[in-house]
Amino acid sequence: MTGPLLSIENLRTYFYTDAGVARAVDGVSLQVSQGETVGLVGESGCGKTVTALSILRLIASPGRIEPDSRIVFEGKDLLQLGPEEIRRVRGNRIAMIFQEPMTALNPVFTVGDQVAEVARVHDGATRREAWKRAVEMLDRVGIPSADERARDYPHQMSGGMRQRVVIAMALMMRPALVIADEPTTALDVTIQAQILELLRDLQRTFGMSLLLITHDMGVVAETASRVVVMYGGEVVEQAPVDRIFASPHHPYTEGLLAAMPRLGSARDRLLTIPGTVPPPTEWPSGCRFRDRCSYAWERATEHPALSEIAPGHVSRCHLAQEPQRRLQPHEPLAAGRGAP
Amino acid sequence: MTTPLLSVRNLTKHFARTRGLFGGGGDTVRAVDGISFDVFPGETLALVGESGCGKTTTGRAILRLIEPDSGEVMFDGHNVLTLAAEPLRQLRRKMQIVFQDPYSSLNPRMTIGAIVREGLIIHRIAEGAEADKRVGQLLEEVGLRGDYVGMYPHEFSGGQRQRVGIARALSVEPKFIVCDEPVSALDVSVQAQVLNLLQDLQRDRGLAYLFIAHDLSVVEHIADRVAVMYLGRIVESADGAALYREPLMPYTQALLSAVPVPEPGAKRERIVLRGDAPSNSMPKMGCVFHPRCHDPARDAECAKILPPLEEKSPGHVAACIKRPPVRNSA
Repeated sequence: MTGPLLSIENLRTYFYTDAGVARAVDGVSLQVSQGETVGLVGESGCGKTVTALSILRLIASPGRIEPDSRIVFEGKDLLQLGPEEIRRVRGNRIAMIFQEPMTALNPVFTVGDQVAEVARVHDGATRREAWKRAVEMLDRVGIPSADERARDYPHQMSGGMRQRVVIAMALMMRPALVIADEPTTALDVTIQAQILELLRDLQRTFGMSLLLITHDMGVVAETASRVVVMYGGEVVEQAPVDRIFASPHHPYTEGLLAAMPRLGSARDRLLTIPGTVPPPTEWPSGCRFRDRCSYAWERATEHPALSEIAPGHVSRCHLAQEPQRRLQPHEPLAAGRGAP
Repeated sequence: MTTPLLSVRNLTKHFARTRGLFGGGGDTVRAVDGISFDVFPGETLALVGESGCGKTTTGRAILRLIEPDSGEVMFDGHNVLTLAAEPLRQLRRKMQIVFQDPYSSLNPRMTIGAIVREGLIIHRIAEGAEADKRVGQLLEEVGLRGDYVGMYPHEFSGGQRQRVGIARALSVEPKFIVCDEPVSALDVSVQAQVLNLLQDLQRDRGLAYLFIAHDLSVVEHIADRVAVMYLGRIVESADGAALYREPLMPYTQALLSAVPVPEPGAKRERIVLRGDAPSNSMPKMGCVFHPRCHDPARDAECAKILPPLEEKSPGHVAACIKRPPVRNSA
């Protein structure tokens, strides 16, 4: 197979609410290659989770994936598949790891049963065979004495152990793509370190691709090889991981990196992005970041296209055409209005 | 030497955990297990640790939002734990709290004006037009517009709601605020705004904070001193700079090394701890951290001796028998 494993082209997922049409994902294109880890980053409401749910076609009414969106995976457009065909993709070729392991697991079945169920549904494995494979997989994801712990119910396990169970379920069918939506956000930092190490290790062994959705730039730096930054339902910047951190182009990416407290930095004031993300029913026309941007000028009323900054590095910003404007930062419009 | 504003000694709170239909066979969770610390006027003491270490219970026990089992809490010359209801209510004017979740800590049926005004009325600080004026000033002080008074919490974003919670705490002119994970529910860009606001207010009003958090990079930014908790106890405490530069307790070392660093390819010695935090209902023998300890010096003694929290270098205390205590220069 040539080309990327997953190719999203002009994905638009809109929600038709009483408050208006929420354009949660509004023209997103991105690729994930075989064996690659792509970090999809952005703050609440930027559309990163809706992008992930759209890939698996888990969008329910009043949400709708708009016509002309394409999600090509292993050569097939997932948006054209029938219900039975998409079911064969979910959990089998593409698996998802959710943020909150307690809600992703069913409280009334043992964790072994839940992992085994994946093999029974997708492979038609017998009960005994599926259980054996489940125990092997639980052992592989680092659950100590897996044959005994498989008989535990989710509430008998800690958060970190539950997340390992969710990972075991996701990997049971050796999927080509794993989508992990904030997989460590609900975990303590020492447990987060364990889970990230496990994901890296499993990815090396199984050669799967990983689409890692997170708001934590630290997690991205340690895990992803390429980074896609979303803001206001759009991709605003995309680059190899070292470039994003060393020379971010889009003012939003720049602001996000500056606003992060970092270990070992001086105890001074943090830089902030004034204002707040507008609701998805009211994206500003033109550049969606303009009210919060310290460089915005008249041209901000015009919607910027993605421009190439360097090979593999694109940014949705007019600064690509007029870089000298970066030398004249000013107070963003949002700073003047009551605070966020 | 200034006197502490808040002085906590041997604070203890155990919860009985019930098992079974009739609550038989329960055991005890030692949420807070005899901790002591001081907070001085105008400073920030951070209490850090992972879920279940007892940091939130500590914050609430100090204000008696949870009644502690034993110990002593002295605040501004008053013994908080022995106060009767009415004097306690009056004392709470001086000690306030900002909660973690700005969505559940504001009454959805009250306008934000009414939320901020409530304390002024209860404590008879102002009423009528004077109270209205104060509310407007408070909202502006926390970076909101004064004319937002008639709006309801659901009309605001998380960061804005957290500002309302801060304005509410400030309304009664406290000297001390317990900030319980005040930014952990917020996005990065908004988190920075709220942290800066807390720092500005501290400088302008001379506030002291007990800053409860799990995020070590946030704590490094805001704290003068840091105390690390593990299973209901303080295991290390020092000046912020010293603790980050030279953590002594193996747990603190692991905690710091686990923080993801936003530098791709950064080479770091990461200590990945084995296992989960053991439950704090376990009977204790030896060091609370020894089952997960990675330190090469760990040995059989660690499982037997309960390590005292002792000074290892000037102003830097840690509970580890494998670290030599400070020698008196005399």
